[in-house]
Amino acid sequence: MIAIVDYGCGNIQSLENAFRKIGQETTLASTAKEIAEAKRIVLPGVGSFGQAMEKIRENGIEQALKRAALEKPFLGICLGMQILFEESEESKGEGLCRLKGSVKRFTVAKKVPQMGWNQVIPLSSRGLFEGIGEEWFFFANSFFAVPEKEAIAAESFYGKRFCAAVQKGNLAATQFHPEKSGNAGLKILRNFAKTEVK
Amino acid sequence: MLAKRIIPCLDCDLSGQSARVVKGTKFSELKYVGEPSKIAEKYYRGGADEICFLDITASAERRGTMLDVVRKSAAQVFVPLTVGGGISSEEEAVAAFKAGADKVSINTSAMLNPSLITTLSKKFGRQAVVVAIDAKHSGSGWKCSIYGGKELTEKDAVEWAKQAESLGAGEILLTSMDKDGTNSGFDLKLTKEVSESVGIPVIASGGAGSPKDLYGVLDKGEADAVLAAGIFQREDCSIAEAKEFLKEKGLEVRI
Repeated sequence: MIAIVDYGCGNIQSLENAFRKIGQETTLASTAKEIAEAKRIVLPGVGSFGQAMEKIRENGIEQALKRAALEKPFLGICLGMQILFEESEESKGEGLCRLKGSVKRFTVAKKVPQMGWNQVIPLSSRGLFEGIGEEWFFFANSFFAVPEKEAIAAESFYGKRFCAAVQKGNLAATQFHPEKSGNAGLKILRNFAKTEVK
Repeated sequence: MLAKRIIPCLDCDLSGQSARVVKGTKFSELKYVGEPSKIAEKYYRGGADEICFLDITASAERRGTMLDVVRKSAAQVFVPLTVGGGISSEEEAVAAFKAGADKVSINTSAMLNPSLITTLSKKFGRQAVVVAIDAKHSGSGWKCSIYGGKELTEKDAVEWAKQAESLGAGEILLTSMDKDGTNSGFDLKLTKEVSESVGIPVIASGGAGSPKDLYGVLDKGEADAVLAAGIFQREDCSIAEAKEFLKEKGLEVRI
């Protein structure tokens, strides 16, 4: 069963709908116990980096998320990707620190947020992007993560090249919204749903 | 590269037994078109980049009907959904998001209570807040109108767009009241002026009659997206045909 982390910072309905469409049941996880018991974790997120981390701490799920990110198939989406990093230009304070690097603001683009469909180039045909070539995905972000090179799973271009997705072992994350990216997005979710649980 | 977006809009009339999509000209003379969630699904399959549901009756008492439409659509349509028309409080926005909306569009309520933009933006993120502006030509510029075009305010449209951005809007949905429903092309001057004045995306609306019009406003008008109802409802051209045309003209589109 896939557990979607519910911490008051994300559009959960859209994710539930998308997983239902591909025949995957989901449940909501809002406590440390529920996160620990889940087989797979999806961490959504909208709003600001600082606000999301504050909610995570308020809900007492920081340690559980950190552990889950090491142990089981884990998918961060949008802000849920950004908070996996160490820090962000958006807000003070630490993220979940499960990926090395920081989150930066788009400065060279004419319009921020980046809002709409952008072409994504996978760097690996395994894992999240198995069976997916260059495709369009839906983005809605003002910030982007700058990970270690090895962790970058896909790139895109908005004023400059930026990281569109990461994958490091069981931990994967997308800056775009797979649940809002038509068939290509549903394929990403399918790939995540079939990753092996150790 | 980021693609220019085509957003079909479903003008929903909730005054009857069930929700219906209607088409009017200059905010009047309504014609029945069909059932909203079915039309939304058709547009999704046809290549729509997003879909916008507008409650033209802006009826607080029938809000439940609108939410049903969104709920039904969100289960089958996997592109962003925007809901607008009469949303005037945080609670109403929450209900829309819970039903599966990704963005809410606010117009009159934002004008009467600008802090609503900030409240929604802080709580749900900038990307979820679209401020809709109905602009009407007046003197040397454009004034904002509210209540679905029924009341003209003294507010300058370009100034209001800038303010909305600073208050936390993630996008501006700009409708030319003079062009709306005329099928005679967008107001390029208005769109360009607003687009150049803000650092957030501008969705142009009002006046789409042909793919050429869409191209005009995306190119010369510098819009980031176009919203249109009639052109797709009348099947003057399909979304795919419109995109092919834009691509031939050299614009980046998702095909």
